[in-house]
Amino acid sequence: MKLTVNGTEHTLDVEPEMPLLWVLRDELKITGPKYGCGIAQCGACTVHVDGSAVRSCSITVGDVDGDVTTIEGLGTPDSLHAVQAAWVAHQVAQCGYCQSGQIMQAASFLDLNSEPTDEDIDNAMSANLCRCGTYPRIREAVKTAAKTLNEA
Amino acid sequence: MGKLRTIGRRAFLIGSAAVVGGVAFGVYAARTPHDNPLIADLGAGEAAFNPWVKIDAETVTLIVPHADIGQGVAHMQAILIAEELDIEPGQYATDFGKPDAAYYNTAFAEEGAPFMSRDESGTAETMRTIVGYATKLLGMQGTGGSTSVADSFTKLRTAGAVARETLKLAASMESGVPVDQLKTANGAVELPDGTQMAYTQLAAKAATIDPVTDVVLRQASEWRLIGKDMLRQDIVDKSTGLQNYGIDLEMDGMVHASVRSNPRQGGAINGYDATAAKAMRGVKAVLSVTNGFAVVADNTWRAFQAVNAIEADWGKAPYPAEQAEHWKVLSESFTDELLDDEWRHDGDVPAGLEGGEVVSAEYRAPYVAHAPLEPLNAIVVVTNTQADIWTGHQMPRFVEDYIAKMTGLDVANVHLHNQYSGGSFGHRLEFEQIRYATEIAMQMKDTPVKLTFTREEDFAHDFPRQIAMGRGAAVISGDTIETLDLSICSASPLASQGPRAGLPVPPGPDMQIVSGAWNMPYKIDNLRVRGFRAPELAPVSSWRSVGASHAGFFGESFVDEAILAAGLDPMEARIAMCDYDVARKCLEAVAEMSNWGSPLGENRGRGVAFVSSFGTPVAEVVEVTMTEDGIKIDKVFVAADVGQVVDPINFDNHVKGGVIWGLGHAMNSEITYADGMAEQSNYHDAEGMRLYQTPEITVMGLENQTKIRGIGEPPVPPAAPALANAIFAATGQRLREMPFNKFIDFV
Ligand code: FES
Ligand code: FES
Repeated sequence: MKLTVNGTEHTLDVEPEMPLLWVLRDELKITGPKYGCGIAQCGACTVHVDGSAVRSCSITVGDVDGDVTTIEGLGTPDSLHAVQAAWVAHQVAQCGYCQSGQIMQAASFLDLNSEPTDEDIDNAMSANLCRCGTYPRIREAVKTAAKTLNEA
Repeated sequence: MGKLRTIGRRAFLIGSAAVVGGVAFGVYAARTPHDNPLIADLGAGEAAFNPWVKIDAETVTLIVPHADIGQGVAHMQAILIAEELDIEPGQYATDFGKPDAAYYNTAFAEEGAPFMSRDESGTAETMRTIVGYATKLLGMQGTGGSTSVADSFTKLRTAGAVARETLKLAASMESGVPVDQLKTANGAVELPDGTQMAYTQLAAKAATIDPVTDVVLRQASEWRLIGKDMLRQDIVDKSTGLQNYGIDLEMDGMVHASVRSNPRQGGAINGYDATAAKAMRGVKAVLSVTNGFAVVADNTWRAFQAVNAIEADWGKAPYPAEQAEHWKVLSESFTDELLDDEWRHDGDVPAGLEGGEVVSAEYRAPYVAHAPLEPLNAIVVVTNTQADIWTGHQMPRFVEDYIAKMTGLDVANVHLHNQYSGGSFGHRLEFEQIRYATEIAMQMKDTPVKLTFTREEDFAHDFPRQIAMGRGAAVISGDTIETLDLSICSASPLASQGPRAGLPVPPGPDMQIVSGAWNMPYKIDNLRVRGFRAPELAPVSSWRSVGASHAGFFGESFVDEAILAAGLDPMEARIAMCDYDVARKCLEAVAEMSNWGSPLGENRGRGVAFVSSFGTPVAEVVEVTMTEDGIKIDKVFVAADVGQVVDPINFDNHVKGGVIWGLGHAMNSEITYADGMAEQSNYHDAEGMRLYQTPEITVMGLENQTKIRGIGEPPVPPAAPALANAIFAATGQRLREMPFNKFIDFV
């Protein structure tokens, strides 16, 4: 089985029903996507498949039909994606465990909706749980990122 | 109040452990500093001036022993050292260090002594000193009780100053320039001619001299870092997926394990059939562990799948099987025999209750899971001579003792490598992942075993917040609350928790049963707060803000009911009754911030609550609207007094998180037991707050109190009563039991 992650093609020997999350974490050692609930309730495992946010815990690797991008492929400290830059500027993270998923969710959402209303943000981001309660900063950071992306 | 008679539970826990541990208790021993744990590992040319600062030719390393569970203390500790060391963020590395007695928590004593935190009398301070000696003798390194800033504030600045002065002396010896002509900045000593001598260059020389310990700390007006906006050191890694947590670590030859133990916590396993599981792909072994079994595989998901394929015959729960029985036990525990302590009795409450018509109410707070987003996990490798563990934990030395006991190894050969945690909220004070990972590793010597709990196992084995019940009775005369009597009953979280940590069950009353209520800052002629100790039910544990999370809700809900019964305004009456200046200023601040008293319009309401926990007074105002779809929480205003805000941005983030934690769980979260098992298995059953429900939150940090306090827990307790009080103001419906969504819808 072949899988392209962050631009690199990997050959895998795994059962097709293994969730993408565990292929990434345990087989490919890409640990930015996190395990939180395993049942699409928290969003910590969010990655992009062909640019769209998916819960990697709830899609089997056999069902992945596009290129996968994880937080590691979105941007790096030297070259932050606009969403990551906004997350840094607003110092969103507390424990940070949910934030890979929050950022991937926000990046995909802003790609589809470049001028979100407050309600759009609420709708798009509410399936991502943050047990530390960083929601006020997530809201602000999404707005900042939208602005940056529009100016670019 | 004669509190010396009844040494608080926490104090006793500490004291009794000192005795159990065979520590000689004496002033001499208590005053002697612990050895510096960095010395033993120093290489040639490396200097360690104290347990917190280590410098070699390449790197300045600051040791930050408080566990970072998302509250930002790694950064906070480093900043305190850097302030005096004259080094900037980015110029040093941080390290959690090795667990050691030298890192004992000096601030545990503040809450360990059974006095109100505002009590600065000689008796209270003496007791704190005694408890402080015990924590030191025991080497109680630990993170909890919102103590990290209080513990670190003077200690770490001093560590930085000692290192700076020693480096200056080294520079003076190297250069021949007198110390008083040397300056320090940016991690270097500067000579009068402008020559820079980097600290790293001076390490070899500094290693040969005795540290200069006679130092004077800088005045607040000279601070460059403390109290200023700054970028927390872990923010970039936590925004790019680069932050490693325990669950992300990888070792050579590592295997992946998962565990299932009796979901009736503490119940036995009578048997299980692993035939199918053993034949599954990647499964290396199925092992028996205490009250359950573990699967060892080559991948976490394969281990999960195999665990789920095993049928087991589980024994009975060692506590009542059904939730209703738990409540029944509590409601029957308000008896003379189970009176834990009369914590406060001003005036004459029995006489006062005879003197008029009694307003009364009963309140309930449920079990609630901690459920931090990173599920419990640990990597353990056990050999014949040593054990190593990688996990995030709030009590590092207890972890090492725990594994030493399990393996029979000398504790000196057991090493915890503490990790950043994806949240805790008290969950990482417990030992379940440590016990099971070690049990598996002992059966697979020399192999690194990574144990990951499924979310479902994490929920099933969360030791939740204690359930509690409160009963209030008040007598109003005209517009005055003349008598207020509050009785609070719960099992003792610390009695449940202590033995799991290897500590004896302590006798004496548990202040947590009434914490946040007995210290209400109100002058009422007849005021009594009593704690009743229910027999132990389901195992429970410290949950962000511990006792104040239930007692604060009971106290501030009932005070509100009494104020309204007297026909008074909830804010004005609280301010008028307040006999503690620092608290009153918090109330006045939120009154102003929220424009209290201004008209809100139809179907809207405001509620206020004030709770002081862990020494930090916090007042909150919540504004709600009753919409067609239910209650919408619009705004929250918070004023909290910690004496000194160290890291303002993190402070703001943390207060908001605490409010969201308090509101979210009050809205919709509980653990209930049926057939001895928790009925909630994952986040869909106990969500807490989601982003769309999050109100606009405005935070003000006040600095009126003389002591330095923490902010991790104190914003939690006022949130639930302020919400209940606001809902009453908007709807006329009084909510006396959490979670509120049992009685009213939320948007
Ligand atoms: S782990 Fe995938 S949504 Fe929670
Ligand atoms: S920052 Fe901790 S869960 Fe979101």
